[in-house]
Amino acid sequence: MKQVHFITELFDKYDGRSLQAYLNVGGFASLQKTIEIGSEAVLTEIDASGLQGRGGAAYPTGKKLRQAQAEKAARKFVVCNADEGEPGTFKDRELLKCNIYQVIEGMVIAGICTQSQEGIIYVREEYTNMHDEIRNAIAECYSHNYLGKNILGSPYNFDLKLFSGAGSYVCGEGFAMCESMEGKSGRPRSKPPYVKQEGFLNLPTLVINTETLSTIVSIIKHGADSFRRYGTEESPGTKLISISGKVNRPGVYEIPFGLTIREIINDLAGGIRNGKKGHFVQIGGASGGILPEWLWDTPYTYEDLAKAGLSVGSGAIVVADEDNSLLDYLKVVQDFFSHESCGKCTPCREGNRQLRFIFERITDGTVTVADYDRLEIVLDVMGKASLCGSGKTEVVPFRTAQRYFPELFLTKESLEAKKAVV
Amino acid sequence: MKPELEQLAESICAKYDYDAVNLLPILQEIQSHSARNYICEEMARIIAQKLDITESRVYDVITYFSALSSEPRGEIIIQICNSTTCNVNNNRDLIHWFEEELGINVGETTPDNKFTLIFTHCFGACDVSPAVRIDHDVYGMLTREKVKELIAAKRGVVV
Ligand SMILES: Cc1cc2nc3c(=O)[nH]c(=O)nc-3n(C[C@H](O)[C@H](O)[C@H](O)COP(=O)(O)O)c2cc1C
Ligand code: SF4
Repeated sequence: MKQVHFITELFDKYDGRSLQAYLNVGGFASLQKTIEIGSEAVLTEIDASGLQGRGGAAYPTGKKLRQAQAEKAARKFVVCNADEGEPGTFKDRELLKCNIYQVIEGMVIAGICTQSQEGIIYVREEYTNMHDEIRNAIAECYSHNYLGKNILGSPYNFDLKLFSGAGSYVCGEGFAMCESMEGKSGRPRSKPPYVKQEGFLNLPTLVINTETLSTIVSIIKHGADSFRRYGTEESPGTKLISISGKVNRPGVYEIPFGLTIREIINDLAGGIRNGKKGHFVQIGGASGGILPEWLWDTPYTYEDLAKAGLSVGSGAIVVADEDNSLLDYLKVVQDFFSHESCGKCTPCREGNRQLRFIFERITDGTVTVADYDRLEIVLDVMGKASLCGSGKTEVVPFRTAQRYFPELFLTKESLEAKKAVV
Repeated sequence: MKPELEQLAESICAKYDYDAVNLLPILQEIQSHSARNYICEEMARIIAQKLDITESRVYDVITYFSALSSEPRGEIIIQICNSTTCNVNNNRDLIHWFEEELGINVGETTPDNKFTLIFTHCFGACDVSPAVRIDHDVYGMLTREKVKELIAAKRGVVV
């Protein structure tokens, strides 16, 4: 059982565009069921499924929905996070393109479960060519009462609109997202209070990933047990991965947790191109860890990746072969963060400046022991003291690279001394 | 004050109830009307007045987001992905082909103000990497020949 179709069940079964076609293949059955059985029964099912947020932080979705439900306010928001900013990630794109109605259905259900009546799909600017289709789908749902007042004759109301990002990675973070929707530059706020308490317009806001929403719909439809048929005890269910780089068949695949990285590369993505040898993968986006080829038998689960110092993150897997230099790769990663750092907090803003200098010196061979001492301090401070997840997780690729490729971080002298000994 | 700027700002701000919460979509819409893909200083000032916010806030937002620009750019914007996957897939050739075809370096605008060529971060087209984005459309798996055809088509020349 390599590739599965739990969340992606309806991909290819309808055109992804017309509401009628979605209904014909059983669409909105989960919403009907939610209206019938009520939010408590739905939340119990989601708790039982063990679903963890697919946006990167892996927070239990059931718990998150309950916390959102507990917030009391006259207006509450649900925001679908379709910002998909982690380099190498394009699975939410597929969910929006092939099955937007399921995402909308998930939004309405999340609204009912948390007693929120206003929803926003925050789609990245880079997906502008899909915005009209999404707006059309929303309009279709309004005209058939899947959105709006007294949905399908129930007491529930839910409004939904699309908000376009404007090209900022950090806006995928909850508070930065709220700031941008409030007409400000997207810089995170300090916590507490949390987004769930005082998010958009300082009102309770549930920010939830596109894939998480889609999965909720499938879980309600088929039951938590069918979800748990896949995966492991600690990583139940299935996951959409975006695999790219030096593989024969890059793309989005739905997998049960527990396949090994090597199986994903060889059996799903068709192996490394041109018969080359694998070198490393980066898992989970630019803020994800580096895993060397000799550890590709690691199962793709939250628990096994954690043991190796990595995480599932955004679900991206970028594959590099023997021709790719890890140092060049890390420089691209660092450059990404230098560009995207919002500059609000010192550890990330100045840390990135220092990282850039150090990487320049590693590349031109002038790096000194003092540089490496500074690298330690910079990574340590960034990881501990950055205001948001961007600065905090940026250290992961460098830490894992240090762990698995220590020779990359030696001065010229010590490298030569080492070679002389060997 | 240029009357056409005033008129455009008025119609768009009115549509968004002159509410500064909507600053981002307002700026995106304003910029979409600019042939040079930017928001000039005077326009920023007009918007600040209409929404009753400071000019520095408008400027802060314009300069923060990659999709907005305070400087004039080409009519067509070509963004070459320079992120992880496209680097692994050796986007150097692609960069070179576009530079050659347009006669400019990355970061520049052609003298006729038709094209601006810039680097961008991942836009989620890694399955067709190395990829470029020309305005809102994505093109991947490019060859030297295809780049030539693409640019010619955008120039309005039939090859
Ligand atoms: C810098 C930064 C960028 C993020 N980008 C995204 C993103 O593009 N998409 C996403 O779903 N979550 C992103 N997140 C995580 C969100 O903050 C949030 O945890 C997530 O959307 C919650 O949804 P979930 O519980 O369904 O995972 C980002 C977090 C940080 C710190
Ligand atoms: S960690 Fe970086 S992106 Fe996050 S608030 Fe600080 S400067 Fe901004």
